[in-house]
This record gives sequence, C-alpha cells and structure tokens, in this order.
Amino acid sequence: MSEQAGAIAMEREQAKDSEPASPAAERILILEPGRAERNYWSDLWHYRELFAILAWRDISVRYKQTVIGVAWAVIRPFLTMVVFTILFGKVAKLPSDGAAPYPVMVFAGMLPWFLFSSILSDASGSLIGNANLITKVYFPRLIIPTASAMVALTDFLINLVMLVAIMAWCGFAPSWRVVLLPAFVLLAVLASLGPALWITALNVKYRDFRYIIPFIVQFGLYVSPVGFSSAVVPEDWRFWYSLNPVVGVIDGFRWCILGGDSPLYLPGFATSLCVVAGFLWFGVRYFRATERTFADMV
Amino acid sequence: MSDVVIRADQLGKKYLIGHQSGNERYTALRDVVARNAKGLLHSARDILQGRQLVSGDEVEEFWALKDVNFEIKRGDAVGIIGRNGAGKSTLLKILSRITEPSTGRVEIRGRVASLLEVGTGFHPELTGRENIFLNGAILGMSRAEIQRKFDEIVAFSEVERFLDTPVKHYSSGMYVRLAFAVAAHLDPEILVVDEVLAVGDAEFQKKCLGKMSDVACCGRTVLFVSHSMNAIQALCSHAIFLEKGRSSEVSKAEDIISRYVGGAIVASAASPRENDGAQLYLSSGSAAYYPSDINEDANIKLELNIIARLNSKAALEIRLRDTLGSPVAFATIGGFNPNDIIFFPKGKCILKVIISAKNLARGCYFISIDITNPNFYYFDKADDFLSVAVEPLSFDGSTRCLDQSYGFGSLQLDARLEGSPDARAIV
Repeated sequence: MSEQAGAIAMEREQAKDSEPASPAAERILILEPGRAERNYWSDLWHYRELFAILAWRDISVRYKQTVIGVAWAVIRPFLTMVVFTILFGKVAKLPSDGAAPYPVMVFAGMLPWFLFSSILSDASGSLIGNANLITKVYFPRLIIPTASAMVALTDFLINLVMLVAIMAWCGFAPSWRVVLLPAFVLLAVLASLGPALWITALNVKYRDFRYIIPFIVQFGLYVSPVGFSSAVVPEDWRFWYSLNPVVGVIDGFRWCILGGDSPLYLPGFATSLCVVAGFLWFGVRYFRATERTFADMV
Repeated sequence: MSDVVIRADQLGKKYLIGHQSGNERYTALRDVVARNAKGLLHSARDILQGRQLVSGDEVEEFWALKDVNFEIKRGDAVGIIGRNGAGKSTLLKILSRITEPSTGRVEIRGRVASLLEVGTGFHPELTGRENIFLNGAILGMSRAEIQRKFDEIVAFSEVERFLDTPVKHYSSGMYVRLAFAVAAHLDPEILVVDEVLAVGDAEFQKKCLGKMSDVACCGRTVLFVSHSMNAIQALCSHAIFLEKGRSSEVSKAEDIISRYVGGAIVASAASPRENDGAQLYLSSGSAAYYPSDINEDANIKLELNIIARLNSKAALEIRLRDTLGSPVAFATIGGFNPNDIIFFPKGKCILKVIISAKNLARGCYFISIDITNPNFYYFDKADDFLSVAVEPLSFDGSTRCLDQSYGFGSLQLDARLEGSPDARAIV
C-alpha cells in the first residue's frame, strides 16, 4: 500500500520534472456547454509565460521596419504637447496649476491620456488581430488584450523619461508625492482595461466597434483635461465632469507630479475611482461570459 | 484509476448559418432599400439581445456534430476518419478547448496540446530563433522546456543557417520545417493533431511521421485526423469514423479503414451549391472509384448535376490533385476538341462521366470541375468539388502498388523491356 503510494508520488515528481509548465499532474478537465472554467484564474497564472512572450512580440514588432523606430513613441506626445501649450496656454491664456510651467502641466496630463488611449485602441483590436491564434490554440483569451496593453505601457515609460527631461529643462522639481506615481499608473491601466475588454469582446461579435474607437479617442482628447487644468472647469460641473474616468486619472497624475500646486478634488476623484471599478468589473465579466464563443465568431 | 483519458458523451456542436431567401433578382432600387432596411432592423434587434449576427434572412441550425460518444484509452493512437465536412475539425476544436460544445460533455485527463496548424502564431518580422520561442509558448511549452530542446529543434528543422533571419524571408519549405520542428518536440500527455502533414516535401513528411510514431509509442495518447489512409494505418492502432456529424465507436484502425473504403469503392457526394447569375453551373455531384477487375481497368465514375438556365454548349474539364495539393492529372470532354463539346438543354442535366484511373497511385484525390467555353471563359469553376480514395487491386501479380505517401509521384507509368512485349530477360 505504502509502496504504491510511494510509486505514485515518484511519478508525480517525474511529471513535475519533465513538464514544469503543466498544471497539477492529473487534472480532470470537463468541457460542457456554458460551463464556467473553475480554475480560470489559476490557468491564467500558468499561462504567464505566454503572456510575457506575446507582450514581448508586440513590443519588438511595433517599430520594425520603421526608420526612426522608437522615436515615434516620443514624437507624437511631444508635438501634441507643443500644440496644446501654444493653443491653450498662449492663445487661450488658460491658467496652469499654480506655479507649474504650462508645458509640464500639459505633459503630465498627456502621459496618462496617451496610455489610456493606446491601451483602448490596441487592446480593442487585439482579438481580431490575433484571430489565427484564437481559432487554433486554447489559452485564457484575457492574455491577448492585456499583453497588447503592455506595448502601451512601454511607450508610457519612454515618455516618462521625456517628462523628466522637460521638467529638468523648465527647472521644475516634483514633490515627495511622486513616489505614489506607480499607483496612479496602475489606476490608468485599470481604467483603460475595463472599457477595452468590453469593447474588444463586442468587437469580435459586432465589427462596428472598430469604427467607434478612433472616434472615442479623438473626442476624448478634448473632453478630458489634457490640454488644460481641470481647475478651469466651473465648480458646479466638476462632479459631473469626474464621471469621465480619465479625469480622475489625469488629476491624480498631476497631483503626484506637480505637487501642492495641483490639489486633488476629492469627491470627483472618488467618483472617478468608482466609475473605473465599475467599468473594470463589467468589462471582465462581459469578456469572460463571451470568451468561449470567440473562436466561432472571429 | 480509470484508464480512459478522453470520454465524450452525447457531444454536439451547433452552428447558425444564414441563407438568402429565394433567388429573385432585384430590379428596383425600392426592393433593395426595403430589404436592406429590414436587414438593419434585424441586426439592431440581435445586438440589443446580445445575439450573434447572421447574414442572410433565413437562419438555419446546422449540427456539425451530433450525439458523438466515444472513449479513448491511455496510450492509444486514434485516427479520426471522415469525409470533408464530417465534423472532424469541429471535434478536434472541442477537444482542444478552442470552442465549447453545444450539448453533451467531455472529460479529459491530462495535459492536452493541439496542433491544428503548423506555425500557429509565427510572426513574419521575427527571426527563426525568436519564432521558436514564440510558437513553443503558444503550443504550451515553458521557456525552460524550449531552451532545453532548442538544439534538437534546430537540428530537426535543418535551418541552422537562417536562424537569425526574419521568417518572412524563408522559403515556404523552410517555414514549414521550422514550424513542424517546434510542434514535433511537444510532449503533452494527449496530442491532438489535424491534417498538418499535408504540407512539406515527402522526405520531411516521412521524418514527421517517424517523429510522431515516437510520440505515440511512449504511452502518450494521440488523436490524429488525416485523409491519408496510409498515415493513419502507420500511426494509429484505433480509429473513429465520423459521418455527417455522427461517430462510430472506437475500433481497430484496419476495420474502420475497410469500412470507410467500403469494399474498395469509395464514393463522395458534394452538397448542393448555388451560383447566382451563371448561365450554367454545377449544383451537386458524386464520385466513386471502381478498382480494376477482369473485364475493365480501374476507373472513377462521376455523376454531375448541372443546371442550365439557357440552352448552352460547354466543355467539361476535370482536374485531379493529390493529398499534397499537387496537380496530378487532367481530363476533358470538349476542352481541346470542339467536336466533343457537350450540349446542355435548359433545365437540370445529369452527366455521367467515366475517367480512366488505371495508373493512379493509392491515396486520396481531390477533383475540381470546370465548365467552360474553351479558350474564352468559365461558366463555373468548382475547386476540390469532390474527393475520391483510390485503392488499387492488382491482377498481374504485383505485391505492392505505388502509394502517394512514398513521395514518388502520383502516377505510375507503364514500363517494359524493349523487344517482345513479354521479354523478361536480356537477350
């Protein structure tokens, strides 16, 4: 009896040795219509290497066969910043946040906005772009949009360096609050993943959403406080303005980077957080509910 | 512990297909507008109810699989045989969790790797080396595992020299070899393989078959779909026969193959097709192979249903491809000789054609049929319309016959010593 148990244990050991990626040695998998995957989240963890490699693929392919390569990641936000500084700062003469130079304020808002908009547009087309994988191999589909979000995150990090350069050039030093920045980056990623997951799942079924995304991105740039400070918005409207989840994210970024000059409007920030959480919950839920049918529709 | 690794119970898969109702022609803009408006209304309703969009105004349920039951034991290599559209690929997709069943359930014990295509996820901009890691990860290998097998994979693929070249510069042969090399080094507990061997050159195919039979030997369970009876016979101990979405039980591969081959006569029938606007088109047909007997050489008999909207004259052209996709042979009635042109009276015509199949190698052939006005245009072009399995019997004392899988070609030519027809020795 004990000998047998020993033999089985040894077999397990060997199985573990030869297949490090395999889940528990003898798992019974049951496929049934409408059955929610019980170990979905642990499965997701097992596929982390695939996630890493898909993210790496998207990143390394992004600027292949371009002449100036990564510089594209810098040029777009930089030029937008210049235009906005001239348009809103010089022509419209909108006030900056306290003592912060206008370009720094614009760029501090531009960073989360570009992160948000590129995650939204990359992730929402990602499932269709990877249709060949979806129809041929199984893996938790959540990997695809999240891996494509990593590309946007890399661009973001490059832009962060750019921000440091601009701040140095303007002679502006951030306060201690800048250490909280990673938390707000996470917030920005979550804020964009919620709607992105929802739209990418819808996009598989109804390709109409492919045309909606560029519109949202274009429109959002002006609706969100990117070129101007959200302090410009009249006090009465501020709460309603915060229903736009990006408002909370951008305000948070400015609070972090610009220090005391950009006070956080707390009721609005809390509202934005709730909207972000709501979108995320809804997005993940919708994605999970439709994920099993992707291969039939894409 | 039970020894059954895969158990399918009442498995079914349903798809919705749309049809355009009727074939009335639209003459007035009003009709077109009305129809499009109706379509828009329907899709809007579907979106609101979260349903799938199906184009066309009649939606039909189509059961790709229905009431499929089988059990597969650990270590068995099981072939899945069936004609085009019998549901083989759907079954593999369900087993590899790509799509979920509509009814029934499957229980699977162990780690499944599926190989429905070689080179899934290969990115043309990445180098061979990078693609090995990418493809490996997609097929479910861990990074450490790939690193361990890397040299072996490269050696197997025979593309060492181009390892750091983007694969978009590869020849298609190199591409397939690299892709298959990665796939061949998977070692899951259960391997699900679709017809991936139908690519690559014959030499490499043989190597792959060898590698796959290694996999089957080590107590791993293999599910294998192929048109090639030889590959199935060589690899699989057991087989399942699928027909119109229904399955047979699992039994010995030879038994199933002999049933599939149906006493050496294999018939295939194509489902009806439509061709709006064509004056002359092929609606359905069937093909059967008759091996040689005492009176007659082997031949393929086709029965074609052709719809003529007007009285017409046309030629029939028949093209044969083998399982590798190479064109093998061509036959025509009227294509080259205007005197043989066929007259089709308006309405439905049934055409019975006999093609000589005396020299064809054993294996499956795909038959494409063109109806043409020779040298001018095609009335209709039906690629891979029918398929037929050639299973020669011999009466001349041969103990073997040419087989497609040898890679020697699909046509055996007659050879004899010069001089008297039955000279068997050099004089």
